[in-house]
Amino acid sequence: MSVWSAFIQLIRRDLVLALRRRSELANPILFFVMVIVLFPLGIGAEPNLLARMAPGIVWVSALLAALLSMDAIFRSDFEDGTLEQLLLSAQPLPVLILAKVSAHWLVTGLPLLIVAPLLAVFLGMSETALGALLISLALGTPVLSLIGTIGVALTVGLRRGGVILSLLVLPLYVPVLIFGASMVDSAATGLSFSGQIYILAAFLALALSLAPVAAASALRISLS
Amino acid sequence: MITLDSILETETTSSSKLLLEADSLACIRDDRLLFENLSFGIHSGEAVVLEGRNGTGKTTLLRILCGLRRPDEGEVRWNGESIERCTTEYHRYMAFVGHTDGVKRELTPLENLRVLQTLCGKGNLSIEQALEAVRLYGFEDVPVHYLSAGQKRRAGLARLLVTDARIWVLDEPFTSLDREGIKLTESLMDLHLSNGGALVMTSHHEVNLLAPNTQVINLSA
Repeated sequence: MSVWSAFIQLIRRDLVLALRRRSELANPILFFVMVIVLFPLGIGAEPNLLARMAPGIVWVSALLAALLSMDAIFRSDFEDGTLEQLLLSAQPLPVLILAKVSAHWLVTGLPLLIVAPLLAVFLGMSETALGALLISLALGTPVLSLIGTIGVALTVGLRRGGVILSLLVLPLYVPVLIFGASMVDSAATGLSFSGQIYILAAFLALALSLAPVAAASALRISLS
Repeated sequence: MITLDSILETETTSSSKLLLEADSLACIRDDRLLFENLSFGIHSGEAVVLEGRNGTGKTTLLRILCGLRRPDEGEVRWNGESIERCTTEYHRYMAFVGHTDGVKRELTPLENLRVLQTLCGKGNLSIEQALEAVRLYGFEDVPVHYLSAGQKRRAGLARLLVTDARIWVLDEPFTSLDREGIKLTESLMDLHLSNGGALVMTSHHEVNLLAPNTQVINLSA
């Protein structure tokens, strides 16, 4: 019984669970695709305008899709009492939370990365911009999941935590959105975007090291 | 610090060793004092039954005892050490069954218990033996949401058996069990107590334990 095997087991458990309730799995990705597909229909056939707006559209949709899926990370565990069991386990809670976030990102964040190239072509993005988009999403969406986890941990005990969750988490999401979208923008206009990569990577490092600890404390308060 | 005296002391008193100790606990909930100055000890082989009307803080007390909630005053000690300081060790030797069963509906009993063992450590019984003990053998590969409420409860109770828990904290363990299930649970409790374990529980049902040491604490008083 080591911390590492508990980490792996918990990720495996959550992936199996996601696989056994596929409808929930499809929700964020469907949302992401629908919003992006609806934008050209709403704006009209203006390829230049679309290509200009594409980074923002993709990033805002990714952010909202992440926010939409966040509540599910602890909801069912809270309802069936397995969240209590996690708190009462003999393993450090931040590590277990990191395992849950990882599993959550694998089923909600990774699919966005997979369909993003297709949607980018749909919006008329250039090839360099597409590369930048993938890098920015790969660095940015885990940050969204990690920050969101703190918010969910604080609100999981509330019956209607949805609105509070958005209010808590959205301000913290904004920096990720700004640098993510600006990175793709820079790439589209042919500028260097290494600065934004470093900043997003720094966000990720910060969130990876601090968010699980913060979420662990928040969960203990929520469940007491 | 291990001295000769402490070794001798544990040996001579091993039959009724003090496992868990509640020291002048107080709890305030929504500006209402639920209880104060509540002190008791739980020795190995001893069962503690909490009684009291609805809303007198039985569940809250159990949550304090297992470390989910902090008491507003006082502390809970495991082997003489505050459970806030030895959380990891305490949680390895404590098992809690609350109002919810604590099993995932989409997973089979086998999968549920396997995850639990990696989280809380293995005990003497294997998962198959534990499922046999709660009469769920044959259902180990059936996802829990196909089981009845009583069978689900049994899967939840099997959690007690697969880890090395010395102390069981049970909140209404008999909920949705049939008569045979209640008898079965009571015999598992007796076995646990005769092996030197201890338990704290609440129940609306009559509890018939063979254990000679049963302490009743009434919270309404």
